[in-house]
Amino acid sequence: MNARLADRLATVMFWMGAAAVLAILALLLGYILWHGIRVIDWRFLTTPPQTIAAGGGVGPQIFNSFYLLLLTMFITAPLGLLAGIYLAEYAGKGRITEYIRLSIETLTSLPSIVVGLFGLLIFVNMTGWGYSLMSGALALAVINLPLMVRISEESIRSVPCELREASLALGATRWETMWRVILPSAFPGLVTGAIIAAGRVFGEAAALLYTAGMSSPILNFSDLNPWSPTSPLNPFRPAETLAVHIWKINSEALIPDVRRVADGSAAVLILVVLLFNICARWLGRRIYRRLTAM
Amino acid sequence: MHKEFSPDPDGKKSAGSKKIYRAPDKRNIQGRKRCGEFLGRSAAFLAAALVVALTVSIIYFIGSKGLATFTVHGVRVTEFLFSTQWWPDRPLEEGGPAVGSLTFILGSLLVSLLAVAVSAPLSVIVAVFMVEIAPVWGQRALQPAIEILAGIPSVVYGYVGLSLLVPFIRNYLGGEGFSVLAGFIVLSIMILPTIISVSTDSLRALPPQWKEAALALGSTRWQTIRLVLVPAARSGLITAVVLGLARAFGEALAVQMVIGNTRTIPHSLLEPTITLTSAITMDMGYTIMGSLWNSALWSMGLILLLMSFLFIMVIRVVVRGGMVR
Repeated sequence: MNARLADRLATVMFWMGAAAVLAILALLLGYILWHGIRVIDWRFLTTPPQTIAAGGGVGPQIFNSFYLLLLTMFITAPLGLLAGIYLAEYAGKGRITEYIRLSIETLTSLPSIVVGLFGLLIFVNMTGWGYSLMSGALALAVINLPLMVRISEESIRSVPCELREASLALGATRWETMWRVILPSAFPGLVTGAIIAAGRVFGEAAALLYTAGMSSPILNFSDLNPWSPTSPLNPFRPAETLAVHIWKINSEALIPDVRRVADGSAAVLILVVLLFNICARWLGRRIYRRLTAM
Repeated sequence: MHKEFSPDPDGKKSAGSKKIYRAPDKRNIQGRKRCGEFLGRSAAFLAAALVVALTVSIIYFIGSKGLATFTVHGVRVTEFLFSTQWWPDRPLEEGGPAVGSLTFILGSLLVSLLAVAVSAPLSVIVAVFMVEIAPVWGQRALQPAIEILAGIPSVVYGYVGLSLLVPFIRNYLGGEGFSVLAGFIVLSIMILPTIISVSTDSLRALPPQWKEAALALGSTRWQTIRLVLVPAARSGLITAVVLGLARAFGEALAVQMVIGNTRTIPHSLLEPTITLTSAITMDMGYTIMGSLWNSALWSMGLILLLMSFLFIMVIRVVVRGGMVR
């Protein structure tokens, strides 16, 4: 086979590989949305699930997913940002930095079920909270933290050095420089990264099975006192998220319309993830424009 | 006249008449700045230290619970790792209880290795396509496509596997549908974005002169890719594949939904089996804390933890050994 022919064949192979990946994505999205969109209506999005009869919705599950995400981000965003600042700004080339980086790598590659086991042991059993939103949020925080640290370190590092030098030359301390100069210009990257991380967390399920639990108590959405046991805002109640719900009804549900609920839930989950993705891009670009006045 | 503009030592004399410029106390501002710097720096360091503390405590707690099978219940390590006898609830009279978990370990290894075998070549092809071949619109279409694939939650992969792939296999290829085949196909799609994005990064990082030199010597594009670019990016590509393998090995729910979860060693791709992760997922809620069965599940968690260490070590060695010089 001469070289030119091989080159042609190889080119065909590369195009087919790329086409295959696009086809897989199209098949997945098409399949989920085609089956799911028909199920989604206002009733499905707001009513609680049924235990044995058909016709239930996923209202509490959607609420739980977002609430859990919010709690998780409240925990990880400040911690991740601070640790990212340390690594980008203060960390030298010492042994301590090495340990920190190794820990981040370890946390990143931990299977989420192992994080779930850790959460079961510490947040559920040792604290005595039982299956609760708080345990789930802390477990998700463990998964999210390394990602947030990396995102903030990278966006801080990508700020041009001249900005930092100019600020330091004017007599600002490093912390002032960080807070007033570098973080504002790293902001678009931080926001984009945080939203993408949020999308990941939103779909996480394995770590939640034995931390946030697989059931939701009956919620009274007019009760906004966070200490009342039926209040949706109570962080120490068990909570089943949308992703966990999909898994649970497929493995042990008694309702006759499993297929319908699962289709609808999967579509909602995908739509939210897509929405997060689009938001991240749009917001990042918008903030960037505003900051650079272009 | 002069008196009014000179700093007033006790500040009483001209208090009402005219505002006087006072030089700010330099020492005080310096002090406050230094204090702020110190506080900020400490907060940043504490956050970073927390990451280390968290990792250490995860290792400690999973380790101590996982080792209880051997220290408290007296199961031999070799028996746990190399025996297929899994009868955790069988009473002593009937020869139990036994917690040999070779079936689970083999199941995990089998599906994740098969998944990587399918996913890695395709991923490298797509990565090369994105870096070297794609026209601009091709990249614009693929980049978001890969991000979306990475963002799709694993339960959704599992659900599509369950409702589309499993019936397909049952109807056209035979068997129950719940099978090793379904498991590794789902996993191979899940790890595509991981391998593609890391491979793309490592191909992009190559110096452009190498490609130019190869092309200038008269190589075709395929020869350049096969003989120069891919070998040069080798360490990055291996890292990508190992990361994909790690993700496949630790994935729980998607596999659990399609693999069938029977505690048998499969003899063909169409037979069901079980993995470490799916065993933990299914049984952890039903066992009593501290019982032998429960401890064996924690030991499986420990195996997962140790495997992820192994993967990190492999990546570190590969990256250090394969640096572009």
